[in-house]
Amino acid sequence: MTDNMYIERSCRISENTIWLDGAPYWKGLPAASFIDFAKEAFRLLKVDYPKFYKMDNLSKLVFLAADFLLQQQDKDGIALVMANRSSSLDTDIKHQQSIQEKESFFPSPATFVYTLPNICEGELCIRHQLMTENIFLVDECFPTETIEMYAAYLLRSGKAKRVMCGWAELFQENYDAVLYLVGPNGEKEHTKKNIEDLFR
Amino acid sequence: MDWPSVYLHEANCVSPLGLDLPTNWERLTEGHIGIVQADMGKCGNVFVGKMAEDAIIPRAPTATGTLLEHMMEIAAAPLVKKYKPTARTALVLSTTKGNISLLDSGDIEGARVSVLAKKIAARLGIHTKPVVVSHACISGLLAVIAAKRLIQMGQYDDAIVLAGDVVSEFVVSGFQAFQAMSPFPCRPFDKRRHGVSLGEAAACVYMSREKGAFKILGDGAINDANHISGPSRTGEGLCRSIAAAVQEAGIDIGSIDYISAHGTATLYNDEMESVAFSRLGLEQVPLNSLKGYYGHTLGASGLLELAVTMKSMEEGVLLPTQGFGEIGVSQPLNVLENITRQQTRRALKTASGFGGSNAAMIIERR
Repeated sequence: MTDNMYIERSCRISENTIWLDGAPYWKGLPAASFIDFAKEAFRLLKVDYPKFYKMDNLSKLVFLAADFLLQQQDKDGIALVMANRSSSLDTDIKHQQSIQEKESFFPSPATFVYTLPNICEGELCIRHQLMTENIFLVDECFPTETIEMYAAYLLRSGKAKRVMCGWAELFQENYDAVLYLVGPNGEKEHTKKNIEDLFR
Repeated sequence: MDWPSVYLHEANCVSPLGLDLPTNWERLTEGHIGIVQADMGKCGNVFVGKMAEDAIIPRAPTATGTLLEHMMEIAAAPLVKKYKPTARTALVLSTTKGNISLLDSGDIEGARVSVLAKKIAARLGIHTKPVVVSHACISGLLAVIAAKRLIQMGQYDDAIVLAGDVVSEFVVSGFQAFQAMSPFPCRPFDKRRHGVSLGEAAACVYMSREKGAFKILGDGAINDANHISGPSRTGEGLCRSIAAAVQEAGIDIGSIDYISAHGTATLYNDEMESVAFSRLGLEQVPLNSLKGYYGHTLGASGLLELAVTMKSMEEGVLLPTQGFGEIGVSQPLNVLENITRQQTRRALKTASGFGGSNAAMIIERR
């Protein structure tokens, strides 16, 4: 049972910048598109993971945030509790374009599989070998209380050792990922206020 | 830590087989199936569990809205009327694609799931902000799991859980691209099975801490960490999800009397389920899949099948697996072939889906 819960680490990726624990960690070229920014950020990680290039943009965003967040971390028993605003709409539109016209009707399984928002969590589970609890929610803005309660439930019930929570929003060139790790160690308590501070 | 128990009180559903649960049950026991051959936009002659739209519009309390909105509203209306929502009642919605067909006419904003959720909440008169679970084919069951956990944490006293998805050119074309659509109404666990039939439905359940007809004993929703579009060959995530549910329930796994399986009728899914059930020693437990009646109703399926399971337990009757004839998975399973009278005390409901997702819940009739 874990009654002391802390926000152990956080990573934010937004506006071509990566922040770790609230401090700027790396900045891409200001005018870069998301896809160019993501390529540069991926090179920075120096990992051999060719699957990254096959992912849709939402999964790329979440992959990067999680990889920076989990550097030098014990990955045992980390559950995933995430939310966003646009679900998989960015990829939904690409699939729709492939079926819109009769003359150019050509749906692709490689695109269609990403028309579900939880796929980005599936990618993280494969990458970090997390056979753990997962949930993905859709809301207009970060559902702080629900995510806080759900993460606390998983820890208190012993269904997870730590929980990677966060916001994973991407639609066209607008993106914002705020991932944070909740667990038994640290100084910043897992409270609504401290969670909200991560979004400032 | 001692958690409060959470109970399922009453369920309802809307499907091609009927606009409420009693009608659905009657039609199921008579052996009717909701799957027909139809054109879905540019995808011709596919087998889908499709609503007859003219059958539903006059029954919808409000005149405007999409088919999905009507279906969800009709499914929820009697429960919201009976169990009046308070300021501490959650609305937990489950859908994979919501009103995605609006993209066809370029209405990107209308296709947003949060827009759908707001409309439904307003129509049902629920004042808390909806919690929307969008987690592929386990969404319907995971929504019930989420509601139970949030009630246990004290965020809500009770919940209306409402799940719905419709068949669209969008999803049919995608499943076709995967070559996952069956050329005949789907045949779960059968030797000749050849993929899914997609279907549409809405289902709803009311749950609270107050004692009700069914107690949720335990649940789990654990990822395979193996592949984003195929299940784990070893059934690892499903095994772990069921094991977590059993552990929370604090029961002997041998006391499970019935399994409402996922059974999509794809080669890999049904095989994976047989491996998982067999690994857990559940191969003798009577099991069925309802996909042969309804098709795979995606984000509705987990809750639709839970609703039918509740009815099944009340009636003391287990349904056969429509489309099943000869076992076609590597591990033995007790697939129900005939209507069977059985008093079921404890039932296991499972679901699995894209992204390596799995969910399991054990309920007990009081």
